[in-house]
Amino acid sequence: MTEPGELEMSRRCLIASGTAGAIVSGAGRAIAQPAPAAPDAAMPVTFDVNGTQQRLSLDPRTTLLDALREHLHLTGTKKGCDHGQCGACTVIVDGMRINSCLTLAVMHEGSRITTVEGLGTAESPHPMQAAFVKHDGFQCGYCTPGQICSAVAVLDEIKRGIPSHASASLTEAPQVTNAEMRERMSGNICRCGAYSNILDAMAEIAGRDA
Amino acid sequence: MKSFTYERATSAPDAASKAVSIPGAKFIAGGTNLLDLMKLEIEAPRHLIDVNGLGFDKIEDTADGGLRIGALVNNTALAADARVRRSYGVLSRALLAGASGQLRNKATTAGNLLQRTRCPYFYDTNQPCNKRQPGSGCAAIGGFSRQLAVIGSSEACIATHPSDMAVAMRVLDATVETVNAQGQARNIPIAEFHRLPEATPHIETTLAPGELITAVTLPAPAGGQHLYRKVRDRASYAFALISVAAVIQPDGTGRVAVGGVAHKPWRIDEADAQLPRGAKAVAERLFTGARPTPENGFKVPLAERALASVIHEARAS
Ligand SMILES: Cc1cc2nc3c(=O)[nH]c(=O)nc-3n(C[C@H](O)[C@H](O)[C@H](O)COP(=O)(O)OP(=O)(O)OC[C@H]3O[C@@H](n4cnc5c(N)ncnc54)[C@H](O)[C@@H]3O)c2cc1C
Ligand code: SF4
Ligand code: FES
Ligand code: FES
Repeated sequence: MTEPGELEMSRRCLIASGTAGAIVSGAGRAIAQPAPAAPDAAMPVTFDVNGTQQRLSLDPRTTLLDALREHLHLTGTKKGCDHGQCGACTVIVDGMRINSCLTLAVMHEGSRITTVEGLGTAESPHPMQAAFVKHDGFQCGYCTPGQICSAVAVLDEIKRGIPSHASASLTEAPQVTNAEMRERMSGNICRCGAYSNILDAMAEIAGRDA
Repeated sequence: MKSFTYERATSAPDAASKAVSIPGAKFIAGGTNLLDLMKLEIEAPRHLIDVNGLGFDKIEDTADGGLRIGALVNNTALAADARVRRSYGVLSRALLAGASGQLRNKATTAGNLLQRTRCPYFYDTNQPCNKRQPGSGCAAIGGFSRQLAVIGSSEACIATHPSDMAVAMRVLDATVETVNAQGQARNIPIAEFHRLPEATPHIETTLAPGELITAVTLPAPAGGQHLYRKVRDRASYAFALISVAAVIQPDGTGRVAVGGVAHKPWRIDEADAQLPRGAKAVAERLFTGARPTPENGFKVPLAERALASVIHEARAS
């Protein structure tokens, strides 16, 4: 960790996390915050993740993202920015996609959470996962779990008639167009620029050509 | 993030009274602004009161033909509500122009109104900022100010209010309903809700300590064309440089509020009255007394042109 860029990045994360331990031992690992809770500060929370009931005892500072990754070891969901700016941490909670980095795990008592691991498996992928593979919807793959969770939720949002900034009319049901899908996927950033292939994958699942 | 204790509120008056009696207590709703700022230790509450379970997640018709929007209604649900889409289109449009799909699913009506500025120096804890640390100075004055206010600013702060939704609420004459620590309710007209920075930029609204927002009400529909035009550095998922919310009647009268130019949604009654005379007349009145910085002077003509485009669109449809 001697590249100037990395050092600067570490300093920012250090400030953000308030825990030095994560930085020191963090080479190659997502930087978790906060450090494991002191037992007296921990709070119980129970939620369903991918069909399994999970009961955790967590420092209230633990984000849903860190609970999934660091406590449940579901490392499919990624930490990109940790500030709601990139979408890598997108999961589906009670049917709605959200940024798991900007919510506390203890706020999700009783929630039903679906992560990329819960959509499908390598043997039996979700159709959207299969379409991402078929259309080369990724390069490095870091943003991909968030992209896939978002893509699944976006098609559902269009189906449920939720309008978007790209909808020409507020009173008519939105259609699955490229413009609609692009606008609705804007909360998922891909630094490899796989956008057009992601759109192809989504269009296939939506049943139309991009 | 500094450590804190956490509880789920059981009633609105209880939440409000605890917010006053427990040192360093703060409400949390969607958490999309508060947690962002807590990670940077710009906010460091010692106790969080989660208001999500209070049942304020409904949109109801009011007796006078308007709508009462629960404080916890999320931005997606509000933008998608059939009544809002039909009769308060400017509000749907403003919401849908903000943030991302994921964020709108979490962001709440009250939290959106209370989101804090995006001034880059407010976010940089190495810089002086009167809003973050009262009395420390303002690094934005004389700094990079392209995104900051052109009017209503002070010697202490030139930040803008970043919300899109609030600009639509201002043009719709919304009212903010609250309950305080004593259990008393009050109604605050949106025009009096956000403050100008003056000498105390850290005090952003007229809410009393611990006062909890329970709902935002809209008067009966105003009719007319509802338009929201947001100008930003990228086509989606970016805060406004400027935005224009307008309700324009067939006879050319109407109302207009501008976002991205001041510490609050910017609306002037006399500027509304100029609408039939066109964008130039409206902008002249809206920006009387403007004090742009050398970097953000472009916002004044940009707002006028956005307004011209909105008026043109209203006439064409
Ligand atoms: C990457 C990113 C991009 C964004 N882009 C945009 C954009 O383009 N346009 C835009 O308008 N917004 C944008 N936002 C901001 C977003 O709209 C706000 O974060 C959101 O609306 C805040 O709502 P919340 O419910 O999550 O608030 P919280 O974070 O839960 O709370 C915010 C504040 O409100 C207080 N509060 C919450 N509820 C109540 C209540 N009932 N009574 C009293 N006080 C209360 C809290 O104590 C806190 O101080 C963006 C955010 C991010 C992270
Ligand atoms: S403009 Fe306001 S928010 Fe920005 S640095 Fe100055 S005081 Fe802080
Ligand atoms: S990690 Fe959550 S949005 Fe980037
Ligand atoms: S595939 Fe590399 S960031 Fe998207």
